[in-house]
Amino acid sequence: MGDTMTPARDDAPASTSKHRDEAAAVASGPGDSVTAKTVTINRPRQALYDYWRTLENLPAFMDNVEEVRALGGGRYHWVVKAPAGATVEWVARITQDVPGETIAWESEDGADVPNSGRVDFRDAPGGRGTWVTATIAYDPPAGVIGKIVAKLFQREPAIQARRDLRRFKQLMETGEIATSARTLRQLAEEMD
Amino acid sequence: MRALTWHGKHDVRVDTVDDPEIVNPRDAIIKITSTAICGSDLHLYDGYIPTMKAGDILGHEFMGEVVETGPGSTLQKGQRVVVPFTISCGSCFHCSKHQYSACDNGLPADNQDIAQAAYGQPMAGLFGYSHMTGGYAGGQAEYVRVPFSDVGPIVIPDGIEDDKVLFLSDILPTGWMAAENAQIEPGDTVAVWGCGPVGLFAVQSAFLMGAERVIAIDHFPHRLELAKRFGAETINFEDSKTYDALMEMTGGIGPDACIDCVGLEAHGFFADNVWDQIKVSTFTGTDRTHSIRQAILACRKGGRVSMPAVYGGFVDKFPLGAFMEKGLTLKTGQTHVQHYMPGLLNAIMEDKVDTTFLISHRMPLEQAADGYRLFHDKQNEFTKIVLKPGMDLAA
Repeated sequence: MGDTMTPARDDAPASTSKHRDEAAAVASGPGDSVTAKTVTINRPRQALYDYWRTLENLPAFMDNVEEVRALGGGRYHWVVKAPAGATVEWVARITQDVPGETIAWESEDGADVPNSGRVDFRDAPGGRGTWVTATIAYDPPAGVIGKIVAKLFQREPAIQARRDLRRFKQLMETGEIATSARTLRQLAEEMD
Repeated sequence: MRALTWHGKHDVRVDTVDDPEIVNPRDAIIKITSTAICGSDLHLYDGYIPTMKAGDILGHEFMGEVVETGPGSTLQKGQRVVVPFTISCGSCFHCSKHQYSACDNGLPADNQDIAQAAYGQPMAGLFGYSHMTGGYAGGQAEYVRVPFSDVGPIVIPDGIEDDKVLFLSDILPTGWMAAENAQIEPGDTVAVWGCGPVGLFAVQSAFLMGAERVIAIDHFPHRLELAKRFGAETINFEDSKTYDALMEMTGGIGPDACIDCVGLEAHGFFADNVWDQIKVSTFTGTDRTHSIRQAILACRKGGRVSMPAVYGGFVDKFPLGAFMEKGLTLKTGQTHVQHYMPGLLNAIMEDKVDTTFLISHRMPLEQAADGYRLFHDKQNEFTKIVLKPGMDLAA
């Protein structure tokens, strides 16, 4: 018998692992609950990066994000919708910024919901544009605020990330975000 | 404006609702001049399609005049257009390959979840066909908002009446794509199951594509008569054994290509529970899929099966063995309407394709609820109803 070989891990992304610890290891900053989603966008990498890097743009396609305001020095103030008209806020700092490739951020101490995230832009194979992978990690909050926020974050955060990425794709590929609203009033109601 | 709205099983009404507005840059507002009731609308009427909401405006076969355009629209006020039933962005990977019904961006992001869960990936949006397909208001109304109006609608030259071109919106391209998917070769015998509008257009298309013989199968005498008018031979499955007849009529070989235009006759999709509900409520769960099974068994070895008929969920007793052993090819899909519209408009203008034979009744929009009832109850007589919002009530 020859040497016993340790079987290599497969090529599937860790975020799709059936083993909880492997999936959690995807996160680099604060946060235990992790979700990562990839979408293919039929646009060049640099254009997508540029739009996202202007973080003030994020509310355009992130449903729950009300405002992102630059504080200078790579710090941003986030205001995120919570149920019943409430909002949660935090300051996050850009921790990694590779033009055309990666943007990573991490909330500073004292955040209502400690969180971190990164978005990676890679050339899609076959000339199909760009693979955009968003990875979000967060600490499920406790206490009263936790209850408010729980609805926002604990209920399948993967769904929110997936929908936000779809809206990003729509905006980048078509210049608009698809809606079935028939009137501007209906559109405003949908946005609430 | 006035619009035909859904309120529940066998309950549709013409209501007054807010006029549509330009919501997104690429939108246009169309003033409807003609809109048809589709066979698949009857599934909404019968309450088979989930995710309908009271007040939803129905209708996915329509045309009219451009009355308003967003800054990203390429249409101009006053143009007459036919609008495809599929809502496709024109910019994604699938649209760039002309696979418009597989568009990534036609559905609002939130509505994509259910389609992704059911099919693995979300599909294009549809007009007036439940919230699973986007929740878009349909065209059985005085006005409609058309998203991506720079991609979908086709401009109709002056002098061609509505009735000649209305069916470019759905059933004519669907019948054409069905025949195209059958990959017809000269000398072929093509069998078509179902002589509703799509089947009848498939018959016409098959001949145009070089079929030597077309055999049409149905049980409504009037429909078979129409198929005959286009040169098809017919089998009435209430009088004859379909498989036996097909084998005898092809010298024991079987048809070279088989086109199933029966299916569920629906554009929507059916979740498992709905599928079960249909089985329970109609006792036809297995019969409903009979046509595709029969097509696979009758088809000659190495032949082609085309399935424009809509199947939404799962099919019992699919003859996978026959399909594999005989080496058949199966092609299917929702219609890539935008891809076929220009060529078919030319075919209409050159009188190669006739669509007006289909229209049995024309009614004002105000009588749309009656139209649904009559279309539902008297299928042999009411082959196709076209609603005309501008038509005089007394007419």
